[in-house]
Amino acid sequence: MLPEAIEAMTEQLKRVGNASSLHAAGRQVRRVVEEARETIADSLGARPSEVVFTSGGTEADNLAIKGLYWARRPRRRVLISSVEHHAALDPAQWLADSQGAEVELLEVDELGRVHPETLRAAIERDPDDVAMISVMWANNEVGTVQPIHVLAAIAHDHGIPFHTDAVQAVGQLPVSFSGSGADALTLTGHKVGGPMGAGALLLARGLTPVSVQHGGGQERDVRSGTLDAPAIAGLAAAVGTAVREQEALHTRLSALRDELIQRVREAVPDVVLNGDPDDRLPGNAHFSFPGCEGDALLMLLDAKGVECSTGSACSAGVAQPSHVLLAMGAEAAAARGSLRFTLGHTSTPEDVDRLIDVLPAAVERARRAGLS
Amino acid sequence: MGLRVLAAMSGGVDSAVAAARIAEAGHDVTGVHLALSANPQSHRTGARGCCTVEDSRDARRAADVIGIPFYIWDMAERFQRDVIEDFVAEYAAGRTPNPCLRCNEKIKFAAVLDRALALGFDAVATGHHARLVDGVLSRSPDQGKDQSYVLGVLTREQLGHAIFPLGDSTKAEVREEAARRGLTVADKPDSHDICFIADGDTRGFLTKRLGAAEGPIVDQSGDVVGSHQGAHGFTVGQRKGLHIDRPAADGRPRYVLSIEPVSNTVTVGPRSALEVTSITCGRPLWNGPVGDGPGSSDGAGSGRGAVPADGSGEFTVQLRAHGEVYPCRFEETEGGLRIEIDRPATGVAAGQAAVLYSGATVIGSATIVSAA
Repeated sequence: MLPEAIEAMTEQLKRVGNASSLHAAGRQVRRVVEEARETIADSLGARPSEVVFTSGGTEADNLAIKGLYWARRPRRRVLISSVEHHAALDPAQWLADSQGAEVELLEVDELGRVHPETLRAAIERDPDDVAMISVMWANNEVGTVQPIHVLAAIAHDHGIPFHTDAVQAVGQLPVSFSGSGADALTLTGHKVGGPMGAGALLLARGLTPVSVQHGGGQERDVRSGTLDAPAIAGLAAAVGTAVREQEALHTRLSALRDELIQRVREAVPDVVLNGDPDDRLPGNAHFSFPGCEGDALLMLLDAKGVECSTGSACSAGVAQPSHVLLAMGAEAAAARGSLRFTLGHTSTPEDVDRLIDVLPAAVERARRAGLS
Repeated sequence: MGLRVLAAMSGGVDSAVAAARIAEAGHDVTGVHLALSANPQSHRTGARGCCTVEDSRDARRAADVIGIPFYIWDMAERFQRDVIEDFVAEYAAGRTPNPCLRCNEKIKFAAVLDRALALGFDAVATGHHARLVDGVLSRSPDQGKDQSYVLGVLTREQLGHAIFPLGDSTKAEVREEAARRGLTVADKPDSHDICFIADGDTRGFLTKRLGAAEGPIVDQSGDVVGSHQGAHGFTVGQRKGLHIDRPAADGRPRYVLSIEPVSNTVTVGPRSALEVTSITCGRPLWNGPVGDGPGSSDGAGSGRGAVPADGSGEFTVQLRAHGEVYPCRFEETEGGLRIEIDRPATGVAAGQAAVLYSGATVIGSATIVSAA
């Protein structure tokens, strides 16, 4: 966590009071929450009343997708990109499985981009029946950035609410809620140097999704539950700092990432870089290593002190070929032989040196072990 | 520095203690849970089943407590092909397979061992209850838990890369040690039955895969005494579930004597007709102590070792898991092995392994083809 976030959070942990209480202690906590709301709104080009605090990205995605679908019934169509995080994909799938929704996965190209024409064509097959649209700002696996404002504008041509999961984008890319044209935007604390278990849905005024969890109606009557004031204070401090430092971080990380990509290519000549080579998250480098099992490579690198990730893991932790890579047209074997290296605040050129020192031997060994 | 050891961790108490012991002995241990089902259930029902999400969590938690790295390896495809499909095919051919034995032979000490060796490990450790000293396998001191039978099909090469840290312990000692080490699986129930048939209904499992086909149940003279819904639902020696209305002439219970898959015929008869003393086997394998015997010069390491060519000496044979032990003599035949036992055995089923012992030491094994 960022020092600013730790400080804001621990300061608040020492205080008593429920932000919903009317007594003095409650009012003091309420003030902290409202200042946090203003900080986040100010940092992300939103109005304070548009910030709905949640327990994180997954809850915000659920609220946006399920809530807007229910609010817009009897419309049945949900258009969602095929490369979404499971926090968005699974609620949509659930709507299809049990709520009568017709979920249509928007195709992506080989770089993972949703083309505006793809969205337009999908809408125009039956525009009056589209309940909502959801396309992530930037992909968590391959780092590809989507043309959000163009996609949102197309949705608005038809008066359809547009949600974007910007969990990966905030603090890494310039993000403006009003500038993007999105009607709902998800962010989460732990991706910006804030606490885990705290996030928000930015929700345009006048848009009222049906609640996913019911109760005291603390957040605009669409989200219930006692507000976690310390986490919210930490979230706001982190968002404020991350957005303030976004440009500098972007400059530093993208240079380091380009060096990493260049040197990995030299060390393993047949490696394949996945995602958009230009328009990608500054700290993301995602590769396929032909003939390797991603899991084996991860284990070998982990043993050498290099921490990286394979695609997504199911609940049992069994590596499945990434749905993102498959949607981009990769073969299952290539998808299984993929690894993501993520650079962040603490990454240094020495980290890249370390990776390049151990990578060739690990790849060689993983290739010998082969694809099981 | 000790060996680099891969500890296969099922999520049960045995493999957890085995991993803890080998780590404590100073080896460089990595825990791996084998995911054997592509669609794992979330929880075990009673003592049945394995490879649930709960099991993988238990294994991960045990690795945390021991303080070793932990990964999950997806072996579902191999398990499906080499164990489950083999199991179904064996029943379809009128034989009675032992899937645990097949899993040891084809998965744990083949697919997993090969991958481990390729990735730079020296050995695979498991929580089996069997002794392994200098590559020679012998019975566990815990007679009720002894698993040397299901390991008796491993080659010397495979045993040479295996470690069974529980070889000298009883189950009770293992549970006590687990509790002492703070492993939460200390009182987890033992697994029983066939792990991939979670409800324990083997006949239902086979019927779903092989289909139901009515066929006759005949007595030894060929008279039809009943009918069945598929010969694959039966095992030699089985008494229950025959549903024969007409009592036998002598009023005695009847048992399955043989299964003929081509004509879909099940032959039944009195217990006395089940008694056999001569067992014909295929695929003999010698894995006992390497000595000065005539077969020991075999370059592949598969020679008989200290076992005399004519099989004379004090030997015993075990014909099924946790089955009785019979004093025996044996001789090698063309590509096979004939075993003569001193007193009659019943329920000797084709497809099961005959494991040969000299005292408590495993000297070899073969697959039962027929018995008379």
